[in-house]
Amino acid sequence: MTRRIDCDVAIIGGGLVGSSAALALRGMGLSVTLLDKGFCGAQASGVNYGGVRRQGRPSEQLPLSQRAHAIWPRLQQLIGIDGEFLRSGHLKLARSADDMASLERYAAEVAPFGLDLELVGHNQLRERFGVMGDLVGGSFCPGDGHANPRLVAAAFAAAARRAGAEVLENTEVAGVSRTFEGFALEAGDVAVTARSVINSAGAWADRFARAFNEPVPLERTYPSMIVTEPLDPFLSVNIGIEGGGIYARQVARGNVVVGGERATPLDNPDYSRPHSDGALTIMQRASELFGPLRHAQAIRFWSGTEATMPDRNPVLGPSATTPGLIHAFGFSGAGFQIAPGVGEVLAELVRDGQTATPIDAFAITRFSPASQPGGALKQQ
Amino acid sequence: MRERPPPLIVGAGPAGIRAAITLVAAGLRPVVVDEGHACGGQIYRQPLAADKRDDRARYGSEAAKASRLHRAFAALGSDIDYRPNTLLWNLRDGAADVLRDGTSRRFAYDGLILATGATDRVLPIPGWTLPGVFTLGGAQIALKAQGCAIGRRVVFAGAGPLLYLVAWQYMKAGVDVAAVLDAAPLPAKLNLLRALPLAPGIVLRGLRMAAELAFGGTRVQFGVSGLRIEGEGRVARIVYHAGGRERAMACDGVGYGLNLRSETQAADLAGCAFRFDPRDRAHLPERDAAGRSSVAGVYLAGDGARIAGADAAEAAGERAALALLEDRGLPHDPARAADLEHVLARIDRLRDLLEAAFPFPSHGAGDIADDTLLCRCEEIRAGDARRAIARFSLTEMNRLKAVTRIGMGRCQGRMCGAAAAELLAAQTRRDIGAVGRLRAQAPIKPIPLAAGLSIDERQHDPAH
Repeated sequence: MTRRIDCDVAIIGGGLVGSSAALALRGMGLSVTLLDKGFCGAQASGVNYGGVRRQGRPSEQLPLSQRAHAIWPRLQQLIGIDGEFLRSGHLKLARSADDMASLERYAAEVAPFGLDLELVGHNQLRERFGVMGDLVGGSFCPGDGHANPRLVAAAFAAAARRAGAEVLENTEVAGVSRTFEGFALEAGDVAVTARSVINSAGAWADRFARAFNEPVPLERTYPSMIVTEPLDPFLSVNIGIEGGGIYARQVARGNVVVGGERATPLDNPDYSRPHSDGALTIMQRASELFGPLRHAQAIRFWSGTEATMPDRNPVLGPSATTPGLIHAFGFSGAGFQIAPGVGEVLAELVRDGQTATPIDAFAITRFSPASQPGGALKQQ
Repeated sequence: MRERPPPLIVGAGPAGIRAAITLVAAGLRPVVVDEGHACGGQIYRQPLAADKRDDRARYGSEAAKASRLHRAFAALGSDIDYRPNTLLWNLRDGAADVLRDGTSRRFAYDGLILATGATDRVLPIPGWTLPGVFTLGGAQIALKAQGCAIGRRVVFAGAGPLLYLVAWQYMKAGVDVAAVLDAAPLPAKLNLLRALPLAPGIVLRGLRMAAELAFGGTRVQFGVSGLRIEGEGRVARIVYHAGGRERAMACDGVGYGLNLRSETQAADLAGCAFRFDPRDRAHLPERDAAGRSSVAGVYLAGDGARIAGADAAEAAGERAALALLEDRGLPHDPARAADLEHVLARIDRLRDLLEAAFPFPSHGAGDIADDTLLCRCEEIRAGDARRAIARFSLTEMNRLKAVTRIGMGRCQGRMCGAAAAELLAAQTRRDIGAVGRLRAQAPIKPIPLAAGLSIDERQHDPAH
């Protein structure tokens, strides 16, 4: 028998974006149904690297990123656990003079946003941070850090549930359409009607955008990660490298998480697995950079499915075709840190139709010029 | 045209050995990858260095089978590409990644026979991580491969035929076996009488072992529950409930295990479909009577596919190899294949009765005390798991892993996974088959990061 739910807001996708939006909306007293085709936080939100990092983001993301930055230290009050969030600082390394110059340019560009970046030279890398290798210098952002993604996303969903959100897992949204009063969603044996819909379906969000005549060039990427056995503490900061390569952090328990390279999708492209070559490359680079890793064991590899946009910026904001629909996806492998801020912004967009945080750069119209609901786009 | 890559056999126990012999007889030259230093698997494991014992002393009633397999495998010589001391750590798209002496290599294969064997299944009990506590299989290997006992006065506890076999082997080796504590109630053993016509040799031998233990002064206790191991810094005594009261017995070594569990990670990485098997209380790779998995060209044999013992492993290894030959359009012997399937079906009926005679104490999972360590690698206690299950409304194993780290450590859930599933099922009042299984990830076992340093020398040629 079909179960009928009527609510203010239906959220498609229970990742960190959808779950934090659900919690924020409950805080405003709106009724919320959060739908996930699998388990909340089991996709990119839960299997990413866990970097809580502002440094390196394009300046248009920084106001949103700063908003999220204020939320991370409050996780305990907000969701009941601290998510193993550590304000360790984020150190971005430069392997060449050109890379160092690039870090210097970035530091100057983002100075007005208050990241308090500190440029450090070669000697300090070893003395202060224990990083070896052929490096010119780095840029240190003391307020950044890292957290446990497996916990944070799941805890936002659990907190939303405790706050009264209807959280429906293993409930795939098969159809969503605009009605006179709002929206109608079909999901398994559940029929949901809602005044507003948030599309936070991650790597599956393009399907819902297309349904409202807003096709987007979303691509799937599969970051590849390895983790070592627990080791004595040697790495106090979250490490990145200018121009890419690897990124690494050591958790309180001692395990070192190292990311880099790309995994490849399985026959079912919803799932992926690190490729042996990619994993071995990460291991090689990590053991070149960190002495203690040379005698360590890798105990596990994993990957996730990320939604990536061509300009590496998310799609965030109201639909241009359909009143009441709000998009929030395509965080391009860098959504973890800003997601709690995105949740608050989404709640404001639902309640007020606007937000004080600048998000114009993320409008869906940069890919899908505004068109009418009902297929006007086809003529373009 | 490129030469077709060789078939790959993973494991050189009874199933892998029989598979290799069968493929060689048909003119193929398989690669045989095995973690052991010599063939035989766990059941017919060979000593690291020659000792004064002969096969009769080492393998008891199974000596003739052990010798025959060892000799037959050695006789294959260079007809196979045998790689001992080699860990298979990943499988993908017809290529295998293996690690030997710290160096990783990849090679292509065409046809894969997985004979990955089994390890002990345990449910955590208080004190199970104390020094002096071994799994039953571990206790047996210490004796078989190294001539070592796990203590001077030893208690064996748990469930399964191995319980009596290992206890008897220890007694024969001159160790004081204080007790055999069997979780199964005595009436369950009536199933052994039903098994008698199917396998009189096996059943009578088992009964004789139990009788010899009892006459030799070993306390044989049925219907044991509430096991607890105590001691300061190492095992001093084992405490248990039986006959309506709590008893304690002094000992300095404990062998503990609840039958065996299949090693299925390689099948998972190879893409095989799994389904829940009620007899083994585990998700196992699907296969047909010949050993074909759900993936074309991937075959499953031996305890790694489903627990059935060494004789079944031999038959299944040969049967799977015949299936590979048939699927390649090579000459094979259908009559022999039918005989083997008949043997396997008979052993399967026997296993049903043995499982009834040595049932897994499934009620135990709900009783694991909150402060008992559930996951050794990540040091997660049963209470931690229970709190997480409640807080996050968990119903599925991979979510339990994600939130608690159970199964994320060095063993990747090989040791704790079965217990965690039982605990999750008990707490959520679900059937054990409904809580899912931990998805396998490479590497199957830990590999050194330094293996990445050999990346440039790694070979990518099809054969080796």
